[in-house]
Amino acid sequence: MTNAPALEVTQLRVVRQHHEILKSLSFDVPAGTLVGLLGPSGSGKSTLMRSLLGVQAITSGRALALGERVGSRNLRRRVGYMAQGSSIYLDLSVRENLTYFAGVLGLDGSQVERVVDIVNLRSFADRLVASLSGGERSRVSLAVALLGAPPLLILDEPTVGLDPVLRQDLWRTFAQLVADGTTVLVSSHVMDEAARCERLLLLREGRLLFDGAPAQLLERTGSTGYDDAFVRLIEGSS
Amino acid sequence: MSARRTWLTMRRIMQQLRHDPRTIALLLAVPSLLVGLLAWSLVNRPGNFDALGPRLLGIFPLTVMFLVTSVTTLRERTNGTLERLLTMPLAKAEFILGYAGAFAVVAIVQSALVSTLSYTWYGLTHQGIPWRISVVALCAGLLGTAFGLALSALAKTEFQAVQFMPAFILPQLLLCGLMVPLAQLPTALRDVANVLPMTAAVHAITPMQSTAYYAEQFAIMVAYITGALVVGSATLRRRTT
Repeated sequence: MTNAPALEVTQLRVVRQHHEILKSLSFDVPAGTLVGLLGPSGSGKSTLMRSLLGVQAITSGRALALGERVGSRNLRRRVGYMAQGSSIYLDLSVRENLTYFAGVLGLDGSQVERVVDIVNLRSFADRLVASLSGGERSRVSLAVALLGAPPLLILDEPTVGLDPVLRQDLWRTFAQLVADGTTVLVSSHVMDEAARCERLLLLREGRLLFDGAPAQLLERTGSTGYDDAFVRLIEGSS
Repeated sequence: MSARRTWLTMRRIMQQLRHDPRTIALLLAVPSLLVGLLAWSLVNRPGNFDALGPRLLGIFPLTVMFLVTSVTTLRERTNGTLERLLTMPLAKAEFILGYAGAFAVVAIVQSALVSTLSYTWYGLTHQGIPWRISVVALCAGLLGTAFGLALSALAKTEFQAVQFMPAFILPQLLLCGLMVPLAQLPTALRDVANVLPMTAAVHAITPMQSTAYYAEQFAIMVAYITGALVVGSATLRRRTT
């Protein structure tokens, strides 16, 4: 089962309060891939990620993560999640946050030190999260997702609001994790981040507009930039 | 259920409190000062503080813990930490009991401080046994925590959560016997008042009653605590629609 896809999604539909948020999505993600989930705000990216995590109920269709039905008990230690909000305790220090979440996952202190180094927060480790900047907070949140080195990471807009240097750092971190065999699904509404992924899923109004490599997207639309490619794709589909 | 994860959750909540010394000071100082104020205001009416003071020892923990718990758990619901925890191997009961445990510690410290001040400085000469008063204060604190956990599910904002305080506490305050003796209430109201959690807390503090009477009051409180914790646990959803 080592070569099983990290994600298998078949005709996934999510209806929330009479609105069809996801309209029959199907795609597979092989293990060890860096996948970008791109699309404008409101296209359903977060809903898709929350469905893959099992916290959003699926209306119909099927979604498997690491070969198991999403939301199953076994996946609770094997999928790292970073939500859009920072989802950490502002009134705890960085290390206290990480120590608590590591404890819940049944991990020891060495995991805390490991993730502190990955996200480069050693000099902030004993500061209260409330005193950190937005970018620093999202690195703490990423660090929580990395605890225990889960084989699948689902990261909802981890680079939003970060300066270019930090964004660069984060994408390098993702590439390193993928090189070590992790599957990373990253969402973004910044089309230019497409270039950093091996694989793109373009979502618009709950439909998958494109599924393939970034180079294929440029080729197919005859564009030089990703913003432009996205616009042409929409014009072509309507 | 893991005792270790419950303990870790309890420790985490206490760490959060420790980083907020102003809240700790308010939790400990406000009830102490209020009971002191009551004692002072009754200084010319001998015997009245002996009758009223102990009742407040049951009312304060309930009110304060209700407010503190409903706001803090609402914060967990809205800032995403609860969702994150529920994607991890944390049982709902571990989360709920972690809160109950942490705030029980606060309730114990609070009531120990208030009753010590009452018996020494404020001149309380209540015939009740101090240990029973402490147990009642602990139960009252747990009642507040349990109801705060459950009712925080109904609030969408902290502003709404604060509004639950008068809605939940004030009717009980009116009917707990502090304003009007229960015997003088209209029958329908008295029947309701007799089974309210705050009334049970006040009754359990009343001196010179039979063991069976105290047992009944504690049973009422324990039933409410358990019920509210179960309801609170049911409001935590791993999966939303």
